[in-house]
This record gives sequence, C-alpha cells and structure tokens, in this order.
Amino acid sequence: MNSKLNFSSKFKLANIFSLIIFSISVIFIIFKGLNYGIDFKGGTLIELRTDNTNASAIRTLLNEMNLGDVNVKKFGKDGDYLIKVEQKENDNNKIIPKIKNNLSNNLNNEVNFRRVENVGPKVSSELLQSGIIAISLSLAAMLFYIWIRFEWQFSIGSIIALFHDVVITLGIFSVLSLEINLSIIAAVLTIVGYSMNDTVVIYDRIRENLNKYNRLNISEIADLSINDTLARTIITSATTLLALLSIFILGGEILRGFSFAMILGVVIGTYSSIFVASPMLKFFKVTYKTLEKEEEKIVP
Amino acid sequence: MLNFSKIKTLTIYLIFCFIAFFSVLNFQKNDSLYIDKKINLGLDLQGGSYLLLEINSDTLVQEKIQDKVIPIKKLLKENNVNYSNFKINNQSLSLDISDINKFDLLFYSRTDNSVNPYIDNYRSFELDYKNDTNNQIKISFSKFGLLTINNSALKQSIEIIRRRIDDVGTKEPTILQRGEKRILIELPGLKDPERIKALLGKTAQLNFRLVSKNSEFGIDKLISENGEKLNVSKRIIMSGENLIDAQPNINNQNNEPTVSFTLDRLGAQKFGRATTDNVGKRLAIVLDGEIVSAPSINEPITSGNGMISGNFSFQEATDLALLLRSGALPTPLLVVEERTVGPDLGEDSIKSGKISLIVGFILVILFMLYKYKVFGLIANMALIANLLMLIGILTILEATLTLPGIAGIILTVGMAVDANVLIFERIREELKTEKSIIHAFDTGYSKAKITVLDANITTLIAAVILFAFGSGPVKGFAITLGIGIITTLFTAYFLARHLTSLVILNSKNKEIKI
Repeated sequence: MNSKLNFSSKFKLANIFSLIIFSISVIFIIFKGLNYGIDFKGGTLIELRTDNTNASAIRTLLNEMNLGDVNVKKFGKDGDYLIKVEQKENDNNKIIPKIKNNLSNNLNNEVNFRRVENVGPKVSSELLQSGIIAISLSLAAMLFYIWIRFEWQFSIGSIIALFHDVVITLGIFSVLSLEINLSIIAAVLTIVGYSMNDTVVIYDRIRENLNKYNRLNISEIADLSINDTLARTIITSATTLLALLSIFILGGEILRGFSFAMILGVVIGTYSSIFVASPMLKFFKVTYKTLEKEEEKIVP
Repeated sequence: MLNFSKIKTLTIYLIFCFIAFFSVLNFQKNDSLYIDKKINLGLDLQGGSYLLLEINSDTLVQEKIQDKVIPIKKLLKENNVNYSNFKINNQSLSLDISDINKFDLLFYSRTDNSVNPYIDNYRSFELDYKNDTNNQIKISFSKFGLLTINNSALKQSIEIIRRRIDDVGTKEPTILQRGEKRILIELPGLKDPERIKALLGKTAQLNFRLVSKNSEFGIDKLISENGEKLNVSKRIIMSGENLIDAQPNINNQNNEPTVSFTLDRLGAQKFGRATTDNVGKRLAIVLDGEIVSAPSINEPITSGNGMISGNFSFQEATDLALLLRSGALPTPLLVVEERTVGPDLGEDSIKSGKISLIVGFILVILFMLYKYKVFGLIANMALIANLLMLIGILTILEATLTLPGIAGIILTVGMAVDANVLIFERIREELKTEKSIIHAFDTGYSKAKITVLDANITTLIAAVILFAFGSGPVKGFAITLGIGIITTLFTAYFLARHLTSLVILNSKNKEIKI
C-alpha cells in the first residue's frame, strides 16, 4: 500500500465528531447509567434449559414468589433462559433452592439448571471497586510508560485517546443497555492495551519522522506517519477483528458481551490513534525541537 | 539481523521444541507418560461449584471479652485495686477505678500476665484500655488482639470445613484462605452445592444441658423438638469438644434413625458424674441454640457412649453425625459469593471455544497468505509455533484454562501477527530505497524492533494489571494474554526471522516481493 491520504485536513472535523460522541456517551453513562450485572450489583443469576416452556410461564412462577425485581430472558438457543433476581437481603442463599424447587416442580418439564451464580452485596461492591481501580491503574501505567519512552505531550495525547475509547465503549453499552460484568472489565482493559498498541506504533513513526524531516510541520509529519503505518494498522485490525468475530459468532452466549465490547474497542481504538492521539500532538505544538530538548536533558 | 550462528539456531529450535512438546501432553488420552502435566480446566469449563465464605468474628469477640471478666476481677482483687461499676458491653468492658497508675502497671505487665498476654509476633498486648473520663476505663481487644482472634478462627474454620467436605467425599476440593475473613472453596464436578452449603451453614455447637423445673436465674427458654417449652440451664455439662466419634444408626427397637457418639476420657467423666447426680431429670441436647431432643436420664451413663434420637430422617442423622465428628465451627459462615456451572454447560463452552479458536485461526491464516504470500506462510508458521508454545507454557505452569482464557488465546492469534506485519511493512518500505535486498531486510528488522517492543509492552502492562486485580475466570484471560505476548515476541524475532533469513539468503538477491 502506498497511500498518501490527507488525514490532517480532517482532524478538526474528526475532533468535533469525537467530542460530540464522547459527550453523548458521558450523558448516557451519567443519566441512563450502566446496566450492571450481578457481579457488580449483587443478586442471583440462573441459566436453565427446558423444553416447551416460554419465558412468561417462568416469569409468572417467579412473580408469585415475591422476589422483587425479576428478569427472565431467552439466552441463545430455544429453551435456554437466563433469570436474574435482584439482591434483597444480605443472605440471599436460601432463595436459590426455593427457586429451583419451584421451577422443577411446576414447569411440567424437566429443568436443567446449567449455571447458578449468587453474589452478595459486599462482594459485588468490592468487585466493582477493584474493576475501577484496575482500569484507572492501567491508564496510569500507560501514561507513565509513554512518558518514559516518549515525551509528556505524547503521554497526554495517548491517554486522552484511551479515555476516549473507554468512555465511548461504555457509552455504547449504556445506550444499548448491555450488561457490564467482570468479563466486560477484562475487555475494557484489553481495549486499553490494544488502543495503546495502535497509538504507540504511530507515535513511534512520528518521532522518527520528526527527527528525519525537521522542515515539515507537525501536521505534515502526522500525515506522513499515519500513511506510513496505515497498511499495518489496517491489517492488524483486520486479523484481530477476524479472531474476535469468530468468538462473537461461534464462542457461545457467555462470551458474546465480551467479544462485542472488544470489537467496539478495536474499531474505536484504531480510529482514535489516527484521529485523536495524532491531533493531540498538533495541539501541544510538538516539533522536532521537543525531542531535542528531551535528549539534552537525558544526556547531561 | 539476518545472520544466525549455528549454535543460536540450534538453541532457538531446541527451546521451541522443548516448550511445544508440553502442548502435546494435553492431547494424549492416558497419563502413562513420565511427565504428568496438563492444563487444568477451570470450573466454568469442567463444571463445578465455587463458594466464597466469610467468617463473622463479632460473636466470637463478644464471647472472648466475657471470658476476661473473671480473670480481670480476680487480678484486681488480688492486688487490692478497688473498682466499681463493672459493666459488660457488646465488645468491651467498662469499670470505674481509683488507682489508674497501679492498674496500668498490672494491665501492661510483661511477666506472667495471663489476663493480658503479650503477643510477641505483633509486639502488642492482647487487650488495650482507654481512659475516657476521670476514673472510668474501657477495656477492649487491641488491634492485634482482634487479629489474633480472627486469624485463629479463620484457620480453625478452614480445618473444619476441610473435614466436613472430605467426609462428604467430593473429588479434589480446593479450600483456600482469601484475605483476612474469607475462605474460597472450589468443588469441581459438583452439580448442586446445596448439601455442602447446608453442612457449612451450621456451626454445630453441641451442648448437653440440664432442663430445670423452675424459671430461676441463668436459664434459657428453648422449645423442644416436639414443641414443648423448656427451661434449660445455662450451665454446660459437656460440649461437643469432648466428642471423639459420632455415627448414624438405626435404633433396633423402633427402627428410628439415631446418632450414637463416643466421648473422650474427660467427657466420659463429666457426663458420668452429671448423669449419676441427676437421675430422673431431663437432659437437653442443644445444637446451635436449638434443642435436638431432651430425654430423661434413666440411669447413669458412665461408659462414655451415648445416643441421640430426635425424629431424624436417615439423611439428617448422617449429616448430624458428620457435623459432630468434624467439630464445631468457631463462628457462623456466610456464603458471600456462589457460582455453579453444570457439566453440560461446561462441555458446550469447551466445544464453542474450540470451534471459534479453529475458525479464527483459519481466517487469520488465510488472510495472511493472501496479503503476504511466501512471507505470509512464514508468519503463519510463526503463528502455529506461537500457539504450540503458548499451550506448552500453560501446561508447564499447569495453569487453569477458563472460557475467557480461551478467548485470550483466540485474541492472541489475532494480535500475534501484528509483530510480523510491522516487520514486513517496514521491510517493504526499505525495499523502496534500498538496493540490496539483504540489507533491506536487515534494516527492516532492526528498525521495527523498537516499535514491536513498545507495542507489546503496552498490552503486557494491561495483562499484568488484569492478573493482579481480576478474579477467577478473568485471571485466566490475563494469563493467556500475557504469555501470548511473550511467545509472540519469541516467534516473531527468532523463529520467523530465521525462516525469513533462509528464504532471503537462498534467493541470492533475485527479485523478492513482499
């Protein structure tokens, strides 16, 4: 590929676009909120398989039990259902056998309980907390790594891009009311790693080109560098997306949310390393002199 | 970068073969080989139950502070320290004292202090006191005193849980301490954890106490197994600690399930004395504050053997015997997290995991062949080697493979080609300006090196943090992702580079396309 696309002319437009999507995401996350799963909210989850039953029969049975907020939905194949019961008390454990008995006795069909999970309120709030810490810590670690390897302008630029990716991914989850559970946190962290990976490749080239062509301004350098690495960016995104699509389509219900988050993340991450991380360097007025100064500092 | 000495080449391929060999171990059916290493399947893949229990040491602390009442009073009397207004609060004691200096000396004495022992490990006393107002002091456990109580309760609980679970006969249970208050239990293959939960939900504190006729001071009003209201004395004749064995039985006379028990020497003595002195009275057998039965004492029991009957089903009798054999838990346990996966869901997960891995793999391989032709083949060979090494290292570490872990492997397949793509694209650029093909490849490899490292280290950072903070299945994902990065670097910079050098050096500077 020998592309000479003019990316920098679209920077402004892209930034406005990003800003709008970012703001919408923030608004959704704040006002609509995230649909936390039982990992983070506490409660009981039951996955069951049964023939000739519809969700409303299950719903009716459970509503009679007066359990509070009950959610029954189809899960993958016909006859597979996922039941979620809100956590009402501290000790939720006695309701699991009650629900199981009620369903096996009254559904007129054999019920196979494939998965039962219960997370207490204390554990769920701890899990949420450690999830937030993990994401913040990974952002901080990336900030530090880029700061060491490059200059602070690059470091701030890449973090803003990462932040952009994480918030928009979560925003889309909020808009679509998709569940946030432990594996989504894993996906978000992997997105952080992937997006950073993408950004670093372009930054690396920008740094190299800044040294090589010190007559060019940062927009030209960015253009050149993005074009230089464009083939790689596309190929790597493509192979990663192929692998992820394979998980999304064939990996089963449990991995669906995870792979969906990752697919979103790869697309947004690829976009952001070109259209968010690179313009940030222009914003910080990076020139080849920025690099020189740093080098002088290192070698006294 | 394209020169490989023979030793170097040999070492690279030896390392590869050594690690890849281990991946083969997972595919043999029987464990007949000398090396018995395999990747373990996580509970989400093989089915089973995961329970997280929490001890609650509050009641224990209450009991322990009450145990201090008599020794403290005795200490004060013996040393002529006047006190008044002695009160037992929830987790502390308060009293008015006139000579606080003298009390302080006694309280924090390091020699023969049985009331407030000095804990050497923590360099702290077991108890602390606070001087609130002029003369009133408040005694409670020190931070480390509480820690000691908590830790010993936790250790003891783990021991008793292990006994109970072993007694039920589940295969290969894992019982581990998690943090300061929690115990993690993994029960592979268990489909329904309700029985285990029921067994662990009982502390099984067994007491033998006399039933008293009048409602005098120091009695508990309890309801017997057949609804009778009884006044049971607080004084404990004998407790479950003195039990050395308990077994379920069927009573020959009325075919009722019962539990027979055997006492140790001390227990037999206590029990013998009490039953001799109280013939004709009723004896309440109290389990966790509830009466199991309250039979009359017909004759002294001095043999140290006894029997408990109380309208049990045989299952109940079996469970009671099991609980009594294993001993009492020091505190109640609360199930704070529970995850059970049925074996068929686990099988389905493995199946779909395998299919998506194979499909993802084939798609990536075809894409690379289409994009890079010969060099695509090299990248693909590196990818296969990468996968073998990844599985090999997981086997060597005997890591646990979870469903997210499989996702991590698939993701590695997708991202692993990145290193080779970076290198190949760089070489392509170099070929534009460089006349010597060998030289172009050489500079291509060395220039891409920094970028490849930078790019992979960032993902590695994410994997490490995920491993540190993730729980259960997510940890499995972090492990495969992290190891995947290391094998990727190895295969790209050693294996693929060597293969590339073979192609280049044999082409003798003919036209080469990439």
